[in-house]
Amino acid sequence: MTTDPGGPPSAASPTISIRMETATAATNDGPAATPAVRFEDFHFYYGRFRALKDVSASIRRNRITALIGPSGCGKSTLIRSINRMNDLIEGTRVEGMVEFHGENLYANYVDPVEVRRRIGMVFQKANPFPKSIYDNVAFGPRVNGYKGNMDDIVETCLRRAALWGDVKDKLKQNAYALSGGQQQRLCIARAIATKPEVILMDEPCSALDPRSTLQIEDLMRELVEEYTIIIVTHNMQQAARASDFTVFLNMADDRAGYIVEQGPTAQLFTNPTNQMTEDYVSGRFG
Amino acid sequence: MASQPAAAIVVRGSLRAQSRDWSGTILQVLLVLALLFSLATLIVLLYDQLVKAVPVFQERGVDFLTSGLSSNPENAGVAQGIFGTVVLAVLVSLLAFPLGIGTAVYLEEYAPDNRFTRLLVLNIRNLSGVPSVVFGILGLSVFVALLAAAGIGDGRNLISGSLTLMVLILPIVIITSSEALRAVPSTIREAGFGIGASRWQVVRKLLLPAASPGILTGTVLALSRALGETAPLIVAGAVLGSYSNTGASPAEILTGPYTALPVIVYDWARKPQEEFRALTAAAIIVLLVITLIANAVAIVIRNRSEKSW
Repeated sequence: MTTDPGGPPSAASPTISIRMETATAATNDGPAATPAVRFEDFHFYYGRFRALKDVSASIRRNRITALIGPSGCGKSTLIRSINRMNDLIEGTRVEGMVEFHGENLYANYVDPVEVRRRIGMVFQKANPFPKSIYDNVAFGPRVNGYKGNMDDIVETCLRRAALWGDVKDKLKQNAYALSGGQQQRLCIARAIATKPEVILMDEPCSALDPRSTLQIEDLMRELVEEYTIIIVTHNMQQAARASDFTVFLNMADDRAGYIVEQGPTAQLFTNPTNQMTEDYVSGRFG
Repeated sequence: MASQPAAAIVVRGSLRAQSRDWSGTILQVLLVLALLFSLATLIVLLYDQLVKAVPVFQERGVDFLTSGLSSNPENAGVAQGIFGTVVLAVLVSLLAFPLGIGTAVYLEEYAPDNRFTRLLVLNIRNLSGVPSVVFGILGLSVFVALLAAAGIGDGRNLISGSLTLMVLILPIVIITSSEALRAVPSTIREAGFGIGASRWQVVRKLLLPAASPGILTGTVLALSRALGETAPLIVAGAVLGSYSNTGASPAEILTGPYTALPVIVYDWARKPQEEFRALTAAAIIVLLVITLIANAVAIVIRNRSEKSW
């Protein structure tokens, strides 16, 4: 595991470090070149308000894609439309397509529950269930009707989330007793326990201290070997450090979010084609 | 003092309270008085009844609990009342809790948020404020009539009594369960859905366990209220006065005449003989003990459910 050269994120730091090795990895074509998730002419409405418009984007398999942009530009709406979490909000409506392995996730026959089993999610604020650490991880497999050895799954997932060492002696304790960073890693363990292909992370580090943030980023780097990761972040250093691809959204005059620019992270941060992108990544607005 | 620097004296002066906060003190005194007033009422009431009741228990002992109703104060007892109240408690719990909690789950988690749902919720809230005697009339005109039409006795029995008390407390059960469900953080719902749980799984495995302390507290308060109700039961046909059901089969007891402790209290309190004053107090104490036991059971269940998280 390589450590990032940038050190802990700091709001005062003017320089933005970029993972050069992933910048090259990003351009490598291979099986990863086929998208895991693809948006095509996607529009999203809350009632009559259009929150996203004309979104077309491809999210590559086994890569970390960061969604960045100013507050209110629809990053969270976009990431939540991938696992159909927005269905839970009344009065929402979509136009266009979100494809998962070429299947339209919004087709009539698609069951959102099945979608969420294959596309896991980690939320902004760590939200473990008020249950034991063990039961948190086992929850997903249990609701899936998994009948095999639960202890193995729990251990594997906790190891993969780099939490096993911290909790192996207190699996029966309430998850609320863990620290914020540990709770978020527990949520990651819980998300991967259902064996998803894609993991969505909606500002997973916004409530964490710098050390825990770096731990989560290291973890993402390990997990991306097996999963496709999409992360919403407010922190540009984090996007630069941790992601392979970046999608930059902004709010149009009618307050609808749209994609300004997308591409390999290194390119977007060092050589953006759009002036707005350059202003945003250099911290001049947003 | 003289050696102290001037700055320190200034600081000390500024830290000292400028004037006493009189309005705050007065409010605090009033609050304590309010507490003492309600406590005193309760204690006086309990003391008054206990003083009258203790001789009965001393004289009659268990006989008072096991004897049936009688117009002769020497052998009158509350056996039928205890039986009626306990059976009512069990039947009302079995009927009202699933129905009420189910309704709350539907309203909070399934029902679309539209005008119809809001109207429904408003009506349920209003129902909880309807005087209990009105529910007695409902019980008489609907449940008693239906049971009589179905040939189950004359309809005035424990079944119609429980159904009457059930509709009486349903609004309270629904409202408290709704509040408890609403108090579960939405992040828990999100986490459940995000992991691929169906709506029912989220309700069953996350929301109900998380809301169970609140639900239990509300339902047991409702049950305590139902057990203390007199008016609806009298209107719906509980027996005032005495009857005998010695030698009746369980089915006959369930479909025959019945009474409950609060009804007995009401009946005895009106009797002219002075001896019944003491018996009334004793019956009140028995009713209080039964209500306390119901509360205790609920608290035990609640504490268990909190631990099993």
